[in-house]
Amino acid sequence: MRYDSPLEAVGNTPLVRLPRLSAAVPGNDGGLVNLWAKLEDRNPTGSIKDRPALHMIERAEADGRLTPGCTILEPTSGNTGISLAMAAKLKGYRMVCVMPENTSEERRELLRMWGAEIISSPAAGGSNTAVRIAKEISAEHPDWVMLYQYGNPDNAGAHYTTTGPEILADLPTVTHFVAGLGTTGTLMGVGRYLREKVPGVKIVAAEPRYDDLVYGLRNLDEGFVPELYDAEVLTTRFSVGSADAVRRTRELLQQEGIFAGISTGAILHAALGVGRRAAVAGERADVVFVVADGGWKYLSTGIYTAESTEAAVEALQGQLWA
Amino acid sequence: MAIEVRIPTILRTYTDGAKAVEGNGSNLGELFTDLDARHPGIAARLVEGGELRRFVNVYLNDEDVRFLEGISTALSDGDSVTILPAVAGGAR
Repeated sequence: MRYDSPLEAVGNTPLVRLPRLSAAVPGNDGGLVNLWAKLEDRNPTGSIKDRPALHMIERAEADGRLTPGCTILEPTSGNTGISLAMAAKLKGYRMVCVMPENTSEERRELLRMWGAEIISSPAAGGSNTAVRIAKEISAEHPDWVMLYQYGNPDNAGAHYTTTGPEILADLPTVTHFVAGLGTTGTLMGVGRYLREKVPGVKIVAAEPRYDDLVYGLRNLDEGFVPELYDAEVLTTRFSVGSADAVRRTRELLQQEGIFAGISTGAILHAALGVGRRAAVAGERADVVFVVADGGWKYLSTGIYTAESTEAAVEALQGQLWA
Repeated sequence: MAIEVRIPTILRTYTDGAKAVEGNGSNLGELFTDLDARHPGIAARLVEGGELRRFVNVYLNDEDVRFLEGISTALSDGDSVTILPAVAGGAR
């Protein structure tokens, strides 16, 4: 495989079967259920977000929204900002990220490394607050271009045109697709594609559930649902707490040798949930789940080497891990 | 039939600060009615016109009840119900 730029090397990631975790699914004695990991950490900046970031930029360039010398503004808890910053550096744009202050130091260092400027938003309210502040800044700087991953159809479009077709080509027998629910772009894009091609396919969302610090000031009357979200695409949706996410992240590392970020642990937890349901019902299942990024950006949390899951969870208190 | 209900910070004014309370009911709607008897006002924050309010997410054993039977979702002894404000998540 030869390319003329790292930007051309986005996508076409490996799909890897997980024999040990599959065999350990309760009720799966007959081996009817198989779990498959889509290794999105193999993208140029190390996360699935390279796909939507590049696609959103290229579509904005094509229709004239983004022109040489532009400033790109984006609310991001990290990965999209890192992907956009890398593309912006190669293409000559200025990049400004609005990011919750309770995100890991590695993410900030990576953004700075690619030349991005960071505006910190308060920890309370997490990404919701970052979105609100980015919208305010956007109104103050009408010449800045906010690609706005939460509402940009090209976010889901990237997955409809690349991630979905890759999965179907590698595994025509796919029965379930499981991914994290953030902007909802991955689930909407892959979900729509697979629903068109695979009758009965199940599209499963794993949503991170944080501790009180993150939710503390949320108002039930002013919630945030990304504009891209369409519940009709999903079969079901799980809320996964920090303890389960950390436990599964450690299992994935220790049993299958896959070093993934913490949101992937949450996704694996939901994948095991639907896998168990299929096994108990005696149904064949090929469950594809997304490894959204590698563990590098979360090393400083200490969760990979902590003595116990409890100690690892304790280390993560109050941090945004997805 | 005891069901554990986890309460988000924003609603703990109704539960004297308790993070989790117990309730009864054969489905979610009955559970909320039961909760409201001991924590007056809480049901109105969760339900509107017989449906869950838009920015309220309710999970039965971690699964979103909007993808089950909504407010009619059946409950069993030992179930865990989590109430959360809608929040953007994910590594974005």
